[in-house]
Amino acid sequence: MSEIKSPKTHKDRAKAAIAKSAALGDDIDLSVYAGSAEEHPYQTDPSKLPTRDKEQMLETGVILDDTSQRSGTFIQMDNTPVHSSIRQEGIEVMATSQAVEKYDWMSDYWWQAVAVDTDKYTANIELNQNNGYFIRALPGYKTVFPVQACLYLTKARLAQNVHNIIIAEENSELHIITGCTTASGEEPGLHLGVSEFYIKRGARVTFTMIHSWNPEVAVRPRTAAIVEENGLFLSNYVLMKPVRSLQMYPVARCIGENAVVRFNSILVATPGSSLDVGSRVLLNAKGARTEIISRAITTGGNIIARGCIEGNAPDVKGHLECRGLILQGEGMIHAIPELKGTLAGIDLSHEAAVGKIAEEEVEYLMARGLNRTEATATIIRGFLRVDIEGLPPLLSTELQRAIEASEEELM
Amino acid sequence: MLEIKHLTVAIEGKKILHDINLTIRTGETHALFGPNGSGKTTLLMAIMGFPKYQVIKGSIIFKGKDITRLPLDERAHLGIGMSFQRPPVVRGVKTRDLVAACLRGRETEESIEQLAERADLADFMDREINYGFSGGEIKRSELMQVLAQKPELTLLDEPESGVDLVNIALIGELINKLLDKGCHIRARKCMGLIITHTGHILDYVNARTGYVMVEGRISCGGDPHEILATIRAKGYEECIKCMMENVPSE
Repeated sequence: MSEIKSPKTHKDRAKAAIAKSAALGDDIDLSVYAGSAEEHPYQTDPSKLPTRDKEQMLETGVILDDTSQRSGTFIQMDNTPVHSSIRQEGIEVMATSQAVEKYDWMSDYWWQAVAVDTDKYTANIELNQNNGYFIRALPGYKTVFPVQACLYLTKARLAQNVHNIIIAEENSELHIITGCTTASGEEPGLHLGVSEFYIKRGARVTFTMIHSWNPEVAVRPRTAAIVEENGLFLSNYVLMKPVRSLQMYPVARCIGENAVVRFNSILVATPGSSLDVGSRVLLNAKGARTEIISRAITTGGNIIARGCIEGNAPDVKGHLECRGLILQGEGMIHAIPELKGTLAGIDLSHEAAVGKIAEEEVEYLMARGLNRTEATATIIRGFLRVDIEGLPPLLSTELQRAIEASEEELM
Repeated sequence: MLEIKHLTVAIEGKKILHDINLTIRTGETHALFGPNGSGKTTLLMAIMGFPKYQVIKGSIIFKGKDITRLPLDERAHLGIGMSFQRPPVVRGVKTRDLVAACLRGRETEESIEQLAERADLADFMDREINYGFSGGEIKRSELMQVLAQKPELTLLDEPESGVDLVNIALIGELINKLLDKGCHIRARKCMGLIITHTGHILDYVNARTGYVMVEGRISCGGDPHEILATIRAKGYEECIKCMMENVPSE
């Protein structure tokens, strides 16, 4: 595997931050995780990957038997990129190490959206990075079908350190679905991932990420997006399976006029799961807009659902909606919506609600002939339904399918 | 047939209805008048079977079966439907999906689209139930859902409140469809009990009998138009006075 040659300053800054605890979330002891794993063989044909692995990846929306409805595919197992391919002109999909070899301008994007010394996790990724994906749409090219990527953890007690770079060049359109999952239903593991998005002028990116971990896995994604004039960044995140600990707080910066960012999150915390998940948008250019929507359900785990919008330019508009549902007595949901405005003429709003299923609604549906179980299931299903503006119908259907597949366990 | 015998209902231990007796025969529609807070909605909620409305005495017999202790959904399956005055918003659940649920397992000559068309709600089917609906839209949506259920007994709680004059005719049309008013009374299989505060709906829907409820008791019964004329002329004060003179001691 090629080593990514970062400027010395990145390494130095990373070394200085290697013991720096994150601002949020439980502190993870990195020393208990292995930094390396055996290499996996490269597969030219992803359908030849073991059936069990393919089934696991399919749960997160990654389809390997028939990739005709994908513009490109990237699969990484542990630290090894095992497959990358494209099916559409104007789209590039490869391991970040390859991209660094291919393009000398990669340093313009490397740690430019996320600070390398954010915390010990970003530092660890810089010092021990193991690839990740590079996805790029060339100027004016639009993906017909989404590009899919899977980061797959197979080795117990491995720390998977990935650094992803996504670039949508001017006036391009890129739809991405990523699944992050683990082969084992019980082995401990750690997933550390940096994702840096660069959405150029007039470009549109939809990014749908489905996580399916196990009760012993800890996850620390570090994501940031930079959105230029008239650009769109639409991020959907779904976590409905158990995880030990997940903390992430992606940030999108609108630096160009009329840039638009939408974050949608669907979170389920089962007993033993601890989630601290938020989205932050900085509206730094005139006319920028954002909407942050999160739906959180606990069946016994703990969720901190954050959201923050900052309005720092004229005529910006943002809305934050955070709703939580406590299905069982032991769970906790802490909604923390934040709005910050730094000048007149901005329009920011939020609504937050945390509660149980309203008995009045259950009884209303029962009066229509649904029994209590059906009425409750209907309300939960409705709660998890987020109509996502701007998401292509194919992805919308796949996202809904992934949610519905997990709903059954929830009920 | 619906028979209510000596029904006493309490909410959180407080008696709201006292010794109510009422019979609605197959094919009949009855109207219930009364001032705000007199217990009209409580009676409908108790017949529908909402758990908060506790029957502490008496019985409710529907189609010859004692349903006094029957759960809400089983009463719906047995053929009781209700149009609510202020139904809750159910976020995320599309109106279309609830209408589909109402149709489940029932033979119907109308599809979801036809029902939506009939209620002038074709553009509302993919919206969340009652979310952002106007007063008239809520009432039409309620009636559309109940039409999908095809109940034999429909309980209508102030179907005209919050509805403008243009829409009230459509509301009347939907209720007449629901209550099988197109058929001769002998062939009619549906019954209705309508709560009306203003009586406007009776310009569109015929009711055979009317009652006045005051302070949880049915104070009198008779021709609904005559009762309404009296209420309009003298107000409910006359009904209260009349009832106070005739109230039985408990």
